[in-house]
Amino acid sequence: MPAPRCASCHKARAALRRPRSGQALCTTCFCASFEAEVLHTVVAGRLLPPGAVVAVGASGGKDSTVLAHVLRELAPRLGISLHLVAVDEGIGGYRDAALAAVRRQAARWELPLTVVAYAELFGGWTMDAVARSTAGSGRSRSCCTFCGVLRRRALEEGARRVGATHVVTGHNADDMAETVLMNFLRGDAGRLARGGGLGSPGEGGALPRCRPLQLASQKEVVLYAHFRRLDYFSEECVYAPEAFRGHARDLLKLLEAARPSAVLDLVHSAERLALAPAARPPPPGACSRCGALASRALCQACALLEGLNRGRPRLAIGKGRRGLDEEGSPREPQPSGPPTSEPIPGF
Amino acid sequence: MAAPLSVQVEFGGGAELLFDGVKKHQVTLPGQEEPWDIRNLLVWIKKNLLKERPELFIRGDSVRPGILVLINDADWELLGELDYQLQDQDSILFISTLHGG
Repeated sequence: MPAPRCASCHKARAALRRPRSGQALCTTCFCASFEAEVLHTVVAGRLLPPGAVVAVGASGGKDSTVLAHVLRELAPRLGISLHLVAVDEGIGGYRDAALAAVRRQAARWELPLTVVAYAELFGGWTMDAVARSTAGSGRSRSCCTFCGVLRRRALEEGARRVGATHVVTGHNADDMAETVLMNFLRGDAGRLARGGGLGSPGEGGALPRCRPLQLASQKEVVLYAHFRRLDYFSEECVYAPEAFRGHARDLLKLLEAARPSAVLDLVHSAERLALAPAARPPPPGACSRCGALASRALCQACALLEGLNRGRPRLAIGKGRRGLDEEGSPREPQPSGPPTSEPIPGF
Repeated sequence: MAAPLSVQVEFGGGAELLFDGVKKHQVTLPGQEEPWDIRNLLVWIKKNLLKERPELFIRGDSVRPGILVLINDADWELLGELDYQLQDQDSILFISTLHGG
């Protein structure tokens, strides 16, 4: 049986059904709809105002490739300029190949590219070194826990170096839904509360950050890349099989098969959560070491590095961070850096 | 009774790693009693093309969740998924989404 006709142009045969609306669209109308949705997300949320210098977190993977491609198309209309920032975590055999893909993209799109390396930023600690340090502790390595925190810090640093006013990352709806599941599964009320909305306005001097693709399901991102013939790097990080996120991802895939809208529904549910008073996290202060936003004396990145440097990598992992003797409460937050734009409305 | 069919089977998004890194396979499916559909194409692929770790590609009688299937550049969801009956010169693409972005 042939595919139904496109619900938009009624001429071409449909190529897919959009998960949220159930609408069957041809490749041309789907790509146009996808791009229009990203534009709408950015404009309605006032995420990237005219004149913004936008640092795009670029890993060479499918999401950041699609993000950079779409933003590049929209840049003239939005009045923004783009700068690719790639993070080199120091994962042999994986990151080098991915960076090669980013360099090809930068050349093809004629966009400036800056690479920041963990080794340089974090006193020689590459992810391979972290993995060795956390290996053999009996439980799973948890090196991915380090990477998530350190990568965000590295991206921030890279963005500062290129004079960016905003940071964008390619997180899609599936990533957001997986994060919601992970936070529930770990009882992390603080992250559940902070995780929703379109992005962070940039407290404590951090640059405003947003995720223009967050309403697009992963399936749509992959199909968009396919229909637009975009070249991306598609290998799995060598440490990924050990990451807790894998469990959340497996569960999400099963749920999605039964109910395609489950991915977006999960994200929307989390955004509508109100925490019980006892669960609400205290207002954050500033890290006593580096000044970044922190809910305890040390920010997550400094606490993790402290554990690594003391030869006790698990010090800062898990509830309570019992192993780390942190005196007192965080410092008063510094006055914010550059004035932020209007508050980002939650969705 | 199904006549032999010539189809192109393609793998992308990392799925090709399970097939010796080869992305495009021109395949001739032998004539058989039952018509060729995606369901029995998967059985054929598992037997004749899949080089390692079948559980990363197939689950039960379908593909592993997270692997997209396009038939002539259209989502198989629109065409009956496993029940779609293959035609001569069809192109079937399996794209894995199961990696970081």
